[in-house]
Amino acid sequence: MRFQPTDEQKALRDGMRALLARRFDAGALRAAVAAPGPDRELWRELGAAGFFALRLPEAEGGVGLGLPEAVLVFEEAGRALLTGPLLATHLAATDVPGAADGRTVVARADGGLVEWLAEADVVTGDASGAVPLRSVDPLTPLHRVPEAVSGPPDPVAVLLTAAEQLGTATRVCELAVQHARTRIQFGRPIGAFQAVKHLCAEMLVRAETARAAVYAAAVTADPLDIAAARLLADEAAVAGSRDCLQVHGGMGFTWEAEVHLHLKRSWVRSQRAGGVTESEEMLAAELLG
Amino acid sequence: MDLSYTPEEEDFRARLREWLAKVLPGLPPKPRPEDWPGRRAYDLGWQRALHDAGYADVHWDASPTVRLIFLEETERAGAPYVGANFVGLLHAGPTIAAEGTEEQRARWLAPILRGDEVWCQGFSEPDAGSDLAALRTRAWRDGDDYVVSGAKIWTSHAEVADWCELLVRTDPAAPRHQGITWLAMPMDAPGITVRPLRTLAGSAEFAEVFLDEVRVPVANRVGAENDGWRVTMVTLSFERGTAFVGEVVACRRVLGELARAAHANGGWDDPVLRRRLGRLNAEFRALWRLTQWNVSEAEGRGVPGTGGSVFKLRYSHARQELYDAAAAVLGPDALDLDRPWVLDRLSSLSYTIAAGTSQIQRNIVAERILGLPKGP
Repeated sequence: MRFQPTDEQKALRDGMRALLARRFDAGALRAAVAAPGPDRELWRELGAAGFFALRLPEAEGGVGLGLPEAVLVFEEAGRALLTGPLLATHLAATDVPGAADGRTVVARADGGLVEWLAEADVVTGDASGAVPLRSVDPLTPLHRVPEAVSGPPDPVAVLLTAAEQLGTATRVCELAVQHARTRIQFGRPIGAFQAVKHLCAEMLVRAETARAAVYAAAVTADPLDIAAARLLADEAAVAGSRDCLQVHGGMGFTWEAEVHLHLKRSWVRSQRAGGVTESEEMLAAELLG
Repeated sequence: MDLSYTPEEEDFRARLREWLAKVLPGLPPKPRPEDWPGRRAYDLGWQRALHDAGYADVHWDASPTVRLIFLEETERAGAPYVGANFVGLLHAGPTIAAEGTEEQRARWLAPILRGDEVWCQGFSEPDAGSDLAALRTRAWRDGDDYVVSGAKIWTSHAEVADWCELLVRTDPAAPRHQGITWLAMPMDAPGITVRPLRTLAGSAEFAEVFLDEVRVPVANRVGAENDGWRVTMVTLSFERGTAFVGEVVACRRVLGELARAAHANGGWDDPVLRRRLGRLNAEFRALWRLTQWNVSEAEGRGVPGTGGSVFKLRYSHARQELYDAAAAVLGPDALDLDRPWVLDRLSSLSYTIAAGTSQIQRNIVAERILGLPKGP
């Protein structure tokens, strides 16, 4: 049993992290808040790097990798707060021409919401009657579909969303720790106080528990493992972002600090694929099985 | 990323299953909790059976993955717990194996593995709990003996133990971590008084051990004088990777039983209760995966990682949540000690305290993993 990522998988993850550090740094994130994009040039670069075609067979021009690799790159995207309908375009790689190489930006109706509808070239699913709403997340334009009929959630969509949440959970823990190490009050770094350090410890515990669940679900592809991963990852991202905000004190409440962007994005992702209720009911039903 | 086992590991699992199926029906009935001699005989008998079948040293010599399989399968089959063999197999034994002389290993290790001798642990004191290095039990040299006086607490199986792994202060003038010595104390030595300690669950799982000028031969010292802190720390994390494998398997079984009980008594129709159980299903699935993650990491590095603290924090809380959910399923019956899960709910309250409180574990996670500064 070698549960940890292999050297090849680590190289893929590091490559993705390097690409995003180069092309979607703190400055780009700030610029995106004013003009969300998506950045078409970056989109094509992601396509060239195989982000969308990752799971397509090589015979169809894809990279020929599996869910574990997809989870690792989506985790990086979540970590960097990368903008745009990443999941919708990735899921459309087989069916929508141009999605696989990043030429086509694809949105996807999911339950009562569509992310990036106006900016996309193609929309999959039924988005009829969609009306724009003033999105709580400045980096995710949203439409509401009032009459939406939602089918059973796509397990791959649930898993990759959980991977993005895991990226957020990891990132906000790092941000909180950085701040707690450097912010001085009462003559010492606030991270020396147990009230603060215990918040950080709990953030790590939630993130690492979620990591084990998400990676295992990527290996088994079992819908119940995926449902479990989703619950753990949502909790780790949302509660982690809240704690990160708290550790940042007054700065955490500002538009300037990036903390609120992580929290708001984690709220958006929590709404995907039937929300947490669907996953809880699935896991409850299994207990009687 | 891979969750599959090797053919050798699967073969180990298959043979173990076969052996358990053969041997478990012939076990004597479980002794009552207050029957200490009966419990000692039962637990040692099980260790002897493991020894004779070639499984005695699975905690010591097997790979972390094989240990995981062993603990998973024995729990699934309903085999006895490690019980009175715990300290011998998981603390004192590994310490002696790592730090003892050849004579000491020859004297003490085989009886642990064969199920001949029981060990208990004399570490904590009334004034040295989370702050273990504050321990004050004194030992003076007198010829070939140490003379030991003081008090220990939270000692399980003290009533029936043959040996106690004891931490004593041999140099009160030295910095606190540097004046401590590790001794193997024979429990039949004159001057030892064992007083059972009743827990909030009503049972006497622990004891206080009072030491009044107890003579312990110098030959029973493991490691150098005043080097006992290091000697202890070498193996304190020994079992962390797999310590709770059996319990996670057991919790998942209890969760299924809870769901069926709720289904039978109508509680299942309450979506809040149902989803609470669904969430616990996610929780214990994740804890199982975290166990596999930690085992796989230990496999790669040869030593357990810091993942043990992360796991313990999450698990001890989850276990309490599980039995609180059991109370929600039981309704008014949750107040009846004769109902299933009610005593387990009481016992679960120790999990966020024993073997390092959750507060101490959070300090460990924050300081050793996250690198935050030590507190004022």
